Amino acid sequence: MENNGLKKNILIDAIRQSFVKLSPRVQLKNPVMFVVFVGAIMTTALYFLSFAQIIDEGAGYTLAIALILWFTVLFANFAEAIAEGHGRAQADSLRRARKDVTAHKLKSPNDLAVYSEVPASRLVKGDIVYVKSGEQIPMDGDVIEGAASVDESAITGESAPVIRESGGDRSAVTGGTTLLSDWLVIRVTAAAGESFLDKMIAMVEGASRKKTPNEVALQILLVALTIIFLVVSATLLPFSYFASKQAGIGNGISVTNVIALLVCLAPTTIGALLSSIGIAGMSRLNQANVLAMSGRAIEAAGDVDVLLLDKTGTITLGNRQASVFIPITGVSEKELADAAQLSSLADETAEGRSIVVLAKERFDLRGRDIKALGASFVPFTAKTRMSGIDFQGQQIRKGAASAVKVFVLANGGNYPEECDVLVKKVANDGGTPLVVARNNQILGVIYLKDIVKNGVKERFEDLRKMGIKTIMITGDNPMTAAAIAAEAGVDDFLAEATPEAKLTLIRDYQAKGHLVAMTGDGTNDAPALAQADVAVAMNTGTQAAKEAGNMVDLDSSPTKLIDIVRIGKQLLMTRGALTTFSVANDVAKYFAIIPVLFFSIYPQLMGLNIMGLTSARSAIFSAIIYNALIIVALIPLALKGVKYREMAAGKLLQRNLLIYGLGGLMAPFVAIKLLDMVLTVLGLS
Amino acid sequence: MNQIIIADSLYLVTLVVLSIPLGIYIDKVMTGQRVFLSVVMRPVENMVYRFMGIREEDEMSPKHYALAVILLSSLGLIFVFALQMLQGGLPFNPENLTAPSWDLAFNTAASFVSNTNWQAYSGESSMSYLTQALALGVWNFLSAATGIAVLFALIRGFVRTKETTIGSFWVDLIRISFYVLIPLSLVFSLVLVSQGVVQTIGPYHEIVALETGITQSIPLGPAASQIAIKQLGTNGGGFFGMNSAFPLENPTALTNFLELLAILLIPASLCVAFGKAVGDNKQGWAIYLVMTILFAGALAAVTVSEATGAPLISGMLDSGNMEGKEIIHGVGTSALWGTATTAASNGSVNAMHDSFTPLAGLILMFLMQSGEVVFGGVGSGLYGMLGFVILTVFIAGLMVGRTPEYLGKKVEPFDMKMVCLIVLVPPVFTLLGTAAAVVMPPASDWLTNTGPHGFSEILYAFSSMGNNNGSAFGGFTANTVFTNVLGGLIMLIVRFVPLVAVIFLAGNLANKKLVAKTEGTLSTSNTLFIGLLIAIVLLIGALSFLPALALGPIADYFTAIT
Repeated sequence: MENNGLKKNILIDAIRQSFVKLSPRVQLKNPVMFVVFVGAIMTTALYFLSFAQIIDEGAGYTLAIALILWFTVLFANFAEAIAEGHGRAQADSLRRARKDVTAHKLKSPNDLAVYSEVPASRLVKGDIVYVKSGEQIPMDGDVIEGAASVDESAITGESAPVIRESGGDRSAVTGGTTLLSDWLVIRVTAAAGESFLDKMIAMVEGASRKKTPNEVALQILLVALTIIFLVVSATLLPFSYFASKQAGIGNGISVTNVIALLVCLAPTTIGALLSSIGIAGMSRLNQANVLAMSGRAIEAAGDVDVLLLDKTGTITLGNRQASVFIPITGVSEKELADAAQLSSLADETAEGRSIVVLAKERFDLRGRDIKALGASFVPFTAKTRMSGIDFQGQQIRKGAASAVKVFVLANGGNYPEECDVLVKKVANDGGTPLVVARNNQILGVIYLKDIVKNGVKERFEDLRKMGIKTIMITGDNPMTAAAIAAEAGVDDFLAEATPEAKLTLIRDYQAKGHLVAMTGDGTNDAPALAQADVAVAMNTGTQAAKEAGNMVDLDSSPTKLIDIVRIGKQLLMTRGALTTFSVANDVAKYFAIIPVLFFSIYPQLMGLNIMGLTSARSAIFSAIIYNALIIVALIPLALKGVKYREMAAGKLLQRNLLIYGLGGLMAPFVAIKLLDMVLTVLGLS
Repeated sequence: MNQIIIADSLYLVTLVVLSIPLGIYIDKVMTGQRVFLSVVMRPVENMVYRFMGIREEDEMSPKHYALAVILLSSLGLIFVFALQMLQGGLPFNPENLTAPSWDLAFNTAASFVSNTNWQAYSGESSMSYLTQALALGVWNFLSAATGIAVLFALIRGFVRTKETTIGSFWVDLIRISFYVLIPLSLVFSLVLVSQGVVQTIGPYHEIVALETGITQSIPLGPAASQIAIKQLGTNGGGFFGMNSAFPLENPTALTNFLELLAILLIPASLCVAFGKAVGDNKQGWAIYLVMTILFAGALAAVTVSEATGAPLISGMLDSGNMEGKEIIHGVGTSALWGTATTAASNGSVNAMHDSFTPLAGLILMFLMQSGEVVFGGVGSGLYGMLGFVILTVFIAGLMVGRTPEYLGKKVEPFDMKMVCLIVLVPPVFTLLGTAAAVVMPPASDWLTNTGPHGFSEILYAFSSMGNNNGSAFGGFTANTVFTNVLGGLIMLIVRFVPLVAVIFLAGNLANKKLVAKTEGTLSTSNTLFIGLLIAIVLLIGALSFLPALALGPIADYFTAIT
């Protein structure tokens, strides 16, 4: 219900905007439609001149042509306004989030008691502010002290609070979000008017929308076509006068008809919808909760042919699961499972739980109460890199091979070579080996498996068809990485990835002429993000990462990159499809207009009138009415974008040519004929 | 009809067979590799460089390249104009021809410098041997060489990455002249002489006709040397007014076949050379195929229309439409010549195009109006076609969801601007020129025919000048101050604006990095793209000229059948 209300508001607003946009200054920005605009003014003037007995065509006819041209202009305005509408509505709601709060500006970060009250809009970069629970964060900044839960729903739409704390990768806070608990000391990193929220408002509203290079190039082509058609139409005045003089009969064609012909031929369909397509593309990106810092970025997304994807979360599920117990010689599998289960009973990590589950599945070993057993839990620490329990004088441990080796040797045991072989085998198969030991004896290895997400293999296969290479980025060792890469079907992988290695990888691909896209969140990702052609920073990430990227993913979802590429491609495809459609339309319009245009001079030309249109007037009316209506008819397509499929370039072209090229040839033949029949029935011909 | 099909097929097969080695050879010459003529020509080449004070390895930025072209052409314009005006007082003028009018001299100078070779004069009654050889003959070579040089500048734009220069115009000009145009013309003119084409500096020959006893003057001159390059360099300006319909210019069936072959030989070879030079033969063949398909289609239409004639001349149906054709050439070769000369921007004729059937006339006109890209002028035809290729890539490339690219170079706003200039300028000036002519009060006095055919005569003349073709429909009085001046200006504009645009396009492309080729890259050599390119060429031509053609040949056709 609320949604309907919103849609209605956008619609009413768009209609109002259609008239506001009639200002010549706005019209001049779109050269193709400006020609129609001038045509509308001229035909209107011709209509009024007819009262002064300066007759070009019948007054009623000229008026009708003028009205249709005005509607054509209004329809084009409407197309743009409705595309902007969604963004404007979103911008309004963002603006409501930005109140001018009073900030507590600290003299020094160490003394929270000494502060002055300053309006948020007066804060400058480098100021230190103190924010308490329940207050709004006045400006973008970095947390330098404290930790707190923050409600960022105003920006992300996600209602679950997030933790923001000093240091690390969660230190960035955004102005306009609200503290739910605790307190923070923040160093301001943006001046008023340049904050993330300001940028976001400007972007969704389209205020800072500059024409992208591809849009400019297309605009040039459209202007060139318009110039040709201007010359083609204008020269018909002398041509037809000369021809009628030569033939000794008939009249030259009227100015009104020349204008009508020009408007029909000019690429008005794409001209009217061009900016809507761009705005709608940006809107689609916003709806996917991605904020592009420039229009260029979204176009570049369509060109990207190398995707760097983080393994965890994108290719594999976040958590690894135990899948096999591999005992060493002399130990039964059940004995190993039993020890592994005991060591994991108090382990609350996902891996630990999965070991308990596996032990139950394999040997029906029930969970035991660690307290009842009188055992004490030894938690995992970064130093020991092991966890386990001490139980009835036994020390059971599980952990990384090297750590367990040290443990066993220290207890006077020995570390069998066989264990090394097992560990290596697990790693080769793409798993993570956990070695289990009891006192001074190695029992075996637990195979922790990375679970590749459902459907990713097919997804990568589709991307490959489109010529997009996927590269998995992981901290795993090369052997593990290779195994997972093979299972997930990525084209390549970067193992033991460091920020430097990522940067080098991106540069290498770029040197070979590829365009690279990546996602990152940490400060150490910033150089790679800055180097990548499309760099998506996660909203949960640091300020440095956000600044280095050219897009911010408000959902912080690792798979978002693939959606962004899709939106970029769809935007370019929509432009191409509508251009093709618009130009193909001209052929039918020629067939409708040319034979009847010179009817009075060369009646024989009616041989070309294969559409059997009734008269010159009905033909011209039908053509320009079609020309106006097709704009409205195609608005939904311009806003939604053409259907996108992952297939090779050749197939994609074939498909789109069939729909928009052939369709563009056929559609006007049918529509103009129908309009002509209607006009004839109504007696308007 | 069978005979015609056999002759046409023989022509096309010979053309393709010869174009392959020549194309490979041209690529080697233009990329500075050693060829069999190097032994002889390399010392000469070096001597010329030393004489001109240029260093072979000094490359030019696009700006300098364009300036060099403009400088040479401007000097040429002045030189050709001056030599005509002064020919009365200069040697090698046995017939004591005086200077033509200033407007005619300007028109002729513009025409030869722009590789149009539109002739508002008759060679035998207007130009001295000196003017023919030194002004017109030399510019037959230089204008052709300029076109090929600029094509290779564009090719370097595709091949190079992150560079600011596109070669040296002087080196390009000299190489193409010394290794390709001069040797080929030399051999060809010797063959022509052996067949009876005249080559003399003696005066015209007086004879008394056997039957009538009337004294006739047979024009002579150093013709063979000129005719060779006129055909090879897509110039087309005849030594004599009647061009290749005149027996001393085109005496036998063999010379007719060879001259026909020479029209398309270099433009066709350049497609092969292009593929070699960009390192992907398929790209060259794709364009070659597009041109050949368009050519074959046009040839078939012209031939059928000429062979069946029109209902109004029924009774002659068996021989087809022989009006305005030489008996020795007949319908078949006349149609082939007409198609080849308008497809390539040659313009030489062996029959009267004015007398072709309306539909055949329509096709000839359309071949010119589509921008002279079906083989087209030497160099200029291919760079014009590459303009259409980039246009096609732009529209099609968008439909596969990527920024359009051709040969690994992204098509960006600046490239699009240049491409639009290349594609846009000729049709706009053709239409404007025609419009200016028809509003002139004496316009109808310049015409032989009235009605739609009269309009065709004007439209054909300006299509010819507006696309640097130079072929004459006939029936239009071209030698007037108005047409000479307007036509001269149009020829210069439609030649040099696109040409400079090509040079700057080349510079911009050379500066770009190469985009990697992937599955998502649009193929520019498969059947789909070839079809699309054909459609775009036809579409742009049709959209620009359909209304005008409706008032000319189309109305003519419908008038003839009703």
